[in-house]
Amino acid sequence: MRRQRGIRGGAVIASLLAGALVLGGCGSSSNDKSSSESGNSSGVKVGVAFDVGGRGDKSFNDSASTGIDKAVKDFGLAKPTELSGKPDETDADKEDRLRQLADGGATAIICVGFSYAPALEVVAPDYPDVKFEILDNGTVKADNVAGYTFKDNENAYLVGTLAALASKTGTIGFVGGVNETLINNFEVGFDAGAKAAKSDIVIEKQYLTEAGDYSGYSSPDKGKIAAEGIYDKGADIIYAAAGLSNNGVFEAAAEKKKFAIGTDSDQYLTADPSYKEQIIGSALKRLDTAAYKFIESVKDDKFKPGNFSLGLKEDGVDYVINNAEIKSAVGAKVDEAKKSIVDGDVKVPSKS
Amino acid sequence: MTEPTNRGESNDDGDRTPDQIDGVTATDLEPERESVSGPSLRQARIRKLGLTMSAPVAAFIFALVVVAIVIIASGFNIGAVLDSVNQTMSRGRNIVELINRTGMYYISALAVAVGFRMNLFNIGVEGQYRLAALVAAYVGASVNNLPAVLHILVMIVTASITGAIWAGIAGILKVTRGVSEVISTIMLNAIAAALIGFLLRDGGWSPDPGGRKPFTETIDQSGWFPDLNKIVNPILDALGFDPPPPSTKTYGFIVIALLLGVVYAFLLKRTRFGFDLRASGQNPTAAAASGVSAKKMTIYAMFISGGIAGLVGMAELLGGNQHNFSETFLSGFGFIGIAVALLGRNSPVGMFFAAIVWAFLDVATRGFQIIGISNKLASIMQAVVLFAVVIAYTVVSRRAKEAEARSVAANTPAHPAEIPDGGPPSTDSTSEEAADVEQPHQRTTDSDSGEGTR
Repeated sequence: MRRQRGIRGGAVIASLLAGALVLGGCGSSSNDKSSSESGNSSGVKVGVAFDVGGRGDKSFNDSASTGIDKAVKDFGLAKPTELSGKPDETDADKEDRLRQLADGGATAIICVGFSYAPALEVVAPDYPDVKFEILDNGTVKADNVAGYTFKDNENAYLVGTLAALASKTGTIGFVGGVNETLINNFEVGFDAGAKAAKSDIVIEKQYLTEAGDYSGYSSPDKGKIAAEGIYDKGADIIYAAAGLSNNGVFEAAAEKKKFAIGTDSDQYLTADPSYKEQIIGSALKRLDTAAYKFIESVKDDKFKPGNFSLGLKEDGVDYVINNAEIKSAVGAKVDEAKKSIVDGDVKVPSKS
Repeated sequence: MTEPTNRGESNDDGDRTPDQIDGVTATDLEPERESVSGPSLRQARIRKLGLTMSAPVAAFIFALVVVAIVIIASGFNIGAVLDSVNQTMSRGRNIVELINRTGMYYISALAVAVGFRMNLFNIGVEGQYRLAALVAAYVGASVNNLPAVLHILVMIVTASITGAIWAGIAGILKVTRGVSEVISTIMLNAIAAALIGFLLRDGGWSPDPGGRKPFTETIDQSGWFPDLNKIVNPILDALGFDPPPPSTKTYGFIVIALLLGVVYAFLLKRTRFGFDLRASGQNPTAAAASGVSAKKMTIYAMFISGGIAGLVGMAELLGGNQHNFSETFLSGFGFIGIAVALLGRNSPVGMFFAAIVWAFLDVATRGFQIIGISNKLASIMQAVVLFAVVIAYTVVSRRAKEAEARSVAANTPAHPAEIPDGGPPSTDSTSEEAADVEQPHQRTTDSDSGEGTR
């Protein structure tokens, strides 16, 4: 009997679907045309494809959105169309997102995150008049794509120095979102910076998920558990490089009365008041600069395709110390380290 | 209705000893039942059909109502939402995506369903197909000089074997150490994820392990599965959809997905093995009594489940635009397979439509963010549909059973001599084998109700 039931159930579903598909076919063309026409008339129209977590992650994505907001305000542009990803997406999902933005009339599209690379490779040639920027990736080669990568190991080195110098217990921690090369690069920089500042420092490291499972960037619960474990092992400062999951690390810091260092954007500024004071500083990735400059270049018709790698020297990465006490105690030393990297005296090891 | 017929056949081609086969076969039964009590039983069947039909309908109406409430509660206009769905589904590329996803979900569901049929919960499809895709991509790229058909075949076989081995570990653990396959497959998912990362970055399977996105070498064109664009695109055109861009491919591998569905149906319904599998799942004691080794069946079921699971990622690997395995290779399809198998009640046809529904909800909601609705609404809709269908089936199958019991009771005076008092209306869980021996004419009813409780 079960088989029959399945068929009947299926038949009903099929007819519902068929109905939906037919309806879908009907109301099509008129809507499409109107949306594309209205888009082309008004100069630069910005479209943003965010990574998992989207606007409001107070870290990676928000670093980009700061620059976008500034550009939109400065240049008086129309409100950008913003779409964000979800975990467990296929490249086809991402392609669709980029096409939606392009079809919707966007002329300057920012792909926030390297995971858009395969999708962008496919979509970019189909829209030669649209300019694309991809952040954190430099592999897409097309005449209308500019890729920006950031030397994450350099700012991680500096917060490693900061953490090691500011630690009272001699143990610090590292929480990475997903165990993949991108974050491994943070880790080696952090490691090198901490050891350069204090050779006997103990570093407890943990990744939230393995590559392939990208929930590590969007699971504060996982971040919290990992951080609690590291604090329990005696660490008093954790560097959190885990996107939205950073908030879990900060919560753990507040509960344990310990400290944490944020990543990508100045997380002190946007943090929840309940754990704001736990954030002593952040490693900055100037996605905002990259996004702003890209929009500006499209506006001024000075867009240049190619790949750009930005480090401390190019203002592509930086760091900030928010805690005044720590700043006065160790700030000068961290600045010194920054200067020696900019001058080329210190070469930070990297994974990429 | 299909049950007794199958039993008859499986007895025929099976090698069971005569004393295990009761004399009365199903084919003997059917006409007798029809002739004696045809009209009223048929009525009961129609009533039951109506009841079962009402399950999915009720579930969908319920799900739509819940989703509508969610949309209205979030302050959106239903009209705008429908408009967005219309617009999204009018694009040819989204239809292609619907087809591709359906194929992949279907394979994943088949893998899960093979386990379900034997009461094995293979949660490890996720790890099985990802690992299988990696190994297949690696092997495929290292034999790039093979002729086309062979090249593809090598990768498919590699993937299937890898998936089977990975699932087989759980099967062997269960049989030898009594480890629940639920636990072991979840653990194996985690191990597979770590293993994939290791092989790509430290194991030398990636030509550029330090890169931002380690990936295997590219598979040559001889290893690309032909796409169905030449068939699908004209149809889409004729139906008035916006033409898909040239880079959009309808995966040819969906044909394999459909074939797998046919093989699954045949294997379960038309072979001795399928009968043993279902018997072990529904009544292990009875199956063991009739000479089926539960241990052997567990191992087989896990191997087959894993073997199918290994193919989930093949559509994308062999037909997609990447032609390699990277850490961002598709993920999550193993878990979707569980949902689709549940939704489709493990039936080959049911799962196919369930896969379409699931894919439809994924694709149709793509435009929601443009109108300001969270893309998480798709997940809410899928969850509600799943819940509603599962609940509706439970309620309806209980109703159907009651109705059947009543109709059987009403028919008993037709042959009072054969049935001792109290016997006929009993539809409770008498084991099939026992029923066969004591009340052969009741078997249809009993096996039906046994199914209904699942």
